[in-house]
Amino acid sequence: MERNTMSYKSKQFLMFAGPALVLFCMVIIIPFLYGLYLTFTSWDGVSADKPFVGIANYISAFKDAYFWASMGRTIVYSAFAVVFVNAVAFALAYLVTSGIKGQNFFRAGFFIPNLIGGIVLGYVWKFVFNRAFVAIGEAVVAGTVPSLLSSTGGAMFCLVLVSVWQYAGYMMLIYVAGFMGVSDSLKEAAMIDGCTPAQAMRNVTIPLMRTSFVTCIFLSITRCFVVYDVNLSLTKGEPFNSSVLAAMHVYNKAFIYKDYGTGQAEALILFIVCAIIGIAQVYIGKKGEVQA
Amino acid sequence: MNVNDKAARQKRTRQIITIIVLIVVFLLFVIPFLLVLINVFKIKGDITSNPLALIGEHGFTLQNFPDAMAKMDFWNVFKNSAIITFCATVLTILFSAMASFVIVRNQNWKACSLLFALMIASMVIPFQVLMVPLVSVYGGIFHILNSRITLILMHTGFSVSMATFMFHGAIHSNIPLELEEAALIDGCSRWQTFWKIVFPLLKPTVATVAIIDAMAFWNDYLLPSLVLGDKDLYTIPIATQAFYGTYSTDIGLVMAALLLAMLPILILYLFLQKHIVAGVTAGAVKG
Repeated sequence: MERNTMSYKSKQFLMFAGPALVLFCMVIIIPFLYGLYLTFTSWDGVSADKPFVGIANYISAFKDAYFWASMGRTIVYSAFAVVFVNAVAFALAYLVTSGIKGQNFFRAGFFIPNLIGGIVLGYVWKFVFNRAFVAIGEAVVAGTVPSLLSSTGGAMFCLVLVSVWQYAGYMMLIYVAGFMGVSDSLKEAAMIDGCTPAQAMRNVTIPLMRTSFVTCIFLSITRCFVVYDVNLSLTKGEPFNSSVLAAMHVYNKAFIYKDYGTGQAEALILFIVCAIIGIAQVYIGKKGEVQA
Repeated sequence: MNVNDKAARQKRTRQIITIIVLIVVFLLFVIPFLLVLINVFKIKGDITSNPLALIGEHGFTLQNFPDAMAKMDFWNVFKNSAIITFCATVLTILFSAMASFVIVRNQNWKACSLLFALMIASMVIPFQVLMVPLVSVYGGIFHILNSRITLILMHTGFSVSMATFMFHGAIHSNIPLELEEAALIDGCSRWQTFWKIVFPLLKPTVATVAIIDAMAFWNDYLLPSLVLGDKDLYTIPIATQAFYGTYSTDIGLVMAALLLAMLPILILYLFLQKHIVAGVTAGAVKG
């Protein structure tokens, strides 16, 4: 039958998957491979020739103290942000599934920050930190108060705070789905067996929600690791480049200092670190999964 | 009876505490927006002297809006964002639904399994790894940056893998094979079967993908900022960034620009709130 011929198969495949395949290759596969090639060249961004330089870019990436400083900052920032995002999201999910009136209103409300892009959110918060909080502080101490954004540790604190505010509502929705997936009969059975509500939560509900935790932690890690737009609008890396996260460093390296080869090599290192952490987390998380 | 009364009262107190906690947290969540909202109706001097006052000393003004709109070329920027978001969302839905159909139904074809595996694997690649080569290939070699069409196609290319994955799940578990066989017997080609039978049944997934991708395209900053250099083509996030760079000291205008940048999606959320929350949840849980 004609259905098994090669030409029928390729026609069918190209007819349905062709457009997706072409675009997917054009923007992901080809740039990815071309990017690998770029890391072995010293391209200045303008000239047509891209001199081959071997592993010089990787060496300069490894020697780039600013890059590793930004990487360290990213890890610290991500650690704080991931913990607080998930803690707040879980607590909110618990409160909005407890059966009170208007819980849908609260769910929808906590989600609002996710609707708005990082650039706009960053500028809104910049105003809040620089003007509103300063005004409150000055009213309290009756003197001049510097903005949190103008001190080294303060800027990083602000980044974490805004990220928690931005992502908590989104992760909350995933935890809500997790809470609703645990049937009430299991909790009631545990209570009849003498568990307090807190024990039932710790020993029944949370273990059964493991998939939600794995998903949320994975999503928050992968997002925090490559955050750029909030970093750009909220702190712009200031003061004194003390809040430049890895994604911003890579951007600046390539597009501002025009060091494309090293920038690309550093992007690749960022990707590998991020992938290892993400995959390890999913692997560890999935291993201990339980079913009801 | 007494015990029941006590339990009921305890439950009530707990509920009231929960509601109070939620209201406090909710206020904390919306305070940044409220601060923008009260300051947008003040003149620059009033915002600087007291950003917390509900009404400025010099009274209520609407002047920030027309000024900011003119300076950020709001309607043009809005139009660009709308065109790009709409076209890229439609293309993503059509292309990935089609691709997932051939992939699900022909899992023994090598091309299908290879493409699907590549798509899944590609989802972990962060944009930072691709941005330099993208600019270098499409700007340096082909010179096709600075165009809405390029950006639409790039947006689509970046989101087809995730969307294909979601449609794959939907076709795999929700579309019975018998339905397609019946259509085939009735003389439909595969192409007709897909558009007449399968695609209409994918509506819930279409809605989920549309919501997730439209929000992502609308709010994306980094890719559009690399592709669109021409001021006439700016989308809302780039225009906001450019506006802030130029007028950051004119805080009244900044307030108006930020509010204008947020309004379209907030208004949409007012009407589609249920669908958006449902769509985002479905997307996140499956992804």
